Amino acid sequence: MGATRVFVPSDTTARSVGADAVAVAIQSAAEKNGSEIDLIRNGSRGLYWLEPLVEVEVDGRRLAYGPVGAGDIASLFDANFLAGGDHPRALGATEEIPWLAGQTRLTFARVGIVDPRSLDDYIAHGGYEGLGEAVKLQRAEIVEIVTESGLRGRGGAAFPTGIKWNTVLGAEGEQKYVTCNADEGDSGTFADRMIMESDPFLLIEGMTIAGLAVGATQGYIYLRAEYPLAIEIMNEAIASAHAAGYLGEDVAGSGQTFELEVRVAAGAYICGEETSMLESLEGKRGMIRYRPPLPAIKGLFGAPTIVNNVISLATVPIILAKGAGFYRDFGTGRSRGTLTVQLAGNVRQGGLVEVAFGRTLRELLEDFGGGTATGRPIRAVQAGGPLGAYVHPSKFDAPLDYEAFAEFGAMLGHGGLVVFDDTVDMAEQARFAMEFCAIESCGKCTPCRIGAVRGVEVIDRIRSDVDRGANIELLKELCETMVDGSLCALGGMAPYPVMSVLEYYPEDLGAD
Amino acid sequence: MLPILHAIQAKLGYVPYAAVEPVAKVLNLSRAEVHGVISFYHLFRTEPAGDRTLYVCRAEACQSMGARELEAHAKERLGIDFHETTADGRISLEPIYCLGNCACSPAVMIDTEVHGRVDAARLDELLAES
Ligand SMILES: Cc1cc2nc3c(=O)[nH]c(=O)nc-3n(C[C@H](O)[C@H](O)[C@H](O)COP(=O)(O)O)c2cc1C
Ligand code: SF4
Repeated sequence: MGATRVFVPSDTTARSVGADAVAVAIQSAAEKNGSEIDLIRNGSRGLYWLEPLVEVEVDGRRLAYGPVGAGDIASLFDANFLAGGDHPRALGATEEIPWLAGQTRLTFARVGIVDPRSLDDYIAHGGYEGLGEAVKLQRAEIVEIVTESGLRGRGGAAFPTGIKWNTVLGAEGEQKYVTCNADEGDSGTFADRMIMESDPFLLIEGMTIAGLAVGATQGYIYLRAEYPLAIEIMNEAIASAHAAGYLGEDVAGSGQTFELEVRVAAGAYICGEETSMLESLEGKRGMIRYRPPLPAIKGLFGAPTIVNNVISLATVPIILAKGAGFYRDFGTGRSRGTLTVQLAGNVRQGGLVEVAFGRTLRELLEDFGGGTATGRPIRAVQAGGPLGAYVHPSKFDAPLDYEAFAEFGAMLGHGGLVVFDDTVDMAEQARFAMEFCAIESCGKCTPCRIGAVRGVEVIDRIRSDVDRGANIELLKELCETMVDGSLCALGGMAPYPVMSVLEYYPEDLGAD
Repeated sequence: MLPILHAIQAKLGYVPYAAVEPVAKVLNLSRAEVHGVISFYHLFRTEPAGDRTLYVCRAEACQSMGARELEAHAKERLGIDFHETTADGRISLEPIYCLGNCACSPAVMIDTEVHGRVDAARLDELLAES
């Protein structure tokens, strides 16, 4: 019998709860016991509540044990876990864990399964099939398939990806660019990081297809500095892809050049807004640009530029590989395909849940999330990042659908759901929304730059009961001014969480 | 310009005032422009950092799991505020808005190492180890 394959995740979250120590302990215990193992550092399956989640391959099936601490290793060996032995941490076949089995993993099909540092493993698991299809097609045909799939941008604004690509395809320009927005600034989100740490070649493949589709020869990944491991793995993957002919001249036999580079951001939330990101990529302060012109027409260095989120780009390969109809058949209404929901904050079973649009918020929070980590009732869920509304439990039957969320002033955005229990002080959360906007404002327009600072002051006065009624009215007016008068969505949407507190949790502000 | 500034900070731990002039020269920009870029981004420091930097996440997911208390504990335990360094030069304290570790909140990062499910006791352990 050959060596037993053992998988210990190496993504940031798994490591943050001790996966490295577990890997070391397994290796040394195996040596001591004379067991032959092949230890693979895979990415995470996204069952973060069970990390570190160790898997062993027995008769071609992967069996899971978790959460495993370094202190569990001796007893795991005693229980003969390398042969699938029973143990209090045993979870059975990984694929059959209900939390995972109940998902529809399209974009995340390979995440947690493969070794992210191995191009061979990527290809062995269906990688580069999408590019293989793309090289057989005309540019306009690739764009048409993406349009037909119904894919909408997963970075926040949900703009149809194919329509954006079509604008870049039709724009005049010697040089065009594909840029990936990997700034992932929203709290409660980690889907982009997971792709980059656990399946980096998928993003490379998606960007390469985008390059072929619009005739762009250069791509940039604008990657947040707070993700040192993602930066390292992405750079390594780009080098491997390059060495194997999947990047560079005549990419995958297409006759076209496509080069790719990582550019590290520097901790400014506003640089996730696409025009700010382009300024930053040009080496400047991340000041918002006036629109028009659209980045698709005049983007990076004035050239036609695709700006897409990591998940949007990472979803393109499966669309090319399986067809537009395959993808579009999932979902509801105008929200097609899957949403990569990230369950975060005070949630018992947090992690990455990829499901077709249309499932309800309640299913996500209760069936997958299992309620709060503290065991107390859920009082609020912030959806869509720091600019997203706090969703009240009376709305939990809403389906995951861009339009359905917009109807009650909320947004799905990048798919982050941050759960709060009933000990939360919603007035404090409203204050934070304004404080965050004040800290992160680029300063270009007054409603945001000054308004957010005023917002913090007004909320402070309300909280200390100074002229409460009048200040609540003032806060409402201030929110309106910011929504109507701000140049970009930072100032334009930071009032949304505040307004949701005013509407659904007025008692926390002492209002009625 | 960002790659150059990152390289300087990686080497020296911060971007000193003395670096502004040479960077401006190389890039054919004014000193004001270079200074403007450095000051725009939260992660560029213009003062030397301690031996290690502790970043405490202040964002909503961590707030929901007690990050405000953790932040207060870190400040009290180190005897410093955000953007300061302990008198012995060992640790700098910085706020950070999201490490993407939001399913295992609260999170902190020490230099480039992220730690999840950190309560006050765990933070003390981590500080003792570093
Ligand atoms: C303040 C602000 C921050 C944003 N941050 C991000 C981000 O971190 N990542 C992202 O992909 N999009 C972010 N966006 C949305 C981008 O402006 C843009 O819509 C998106 O990158 C386009 O890609 P998509 O169509 O694939 O979603 C942000 C927008 C605003 C207003
Ligand atoms: S709304 Fe705020 S971040 Fe956006 S352009 Fe105006 S000042 Fe800048």
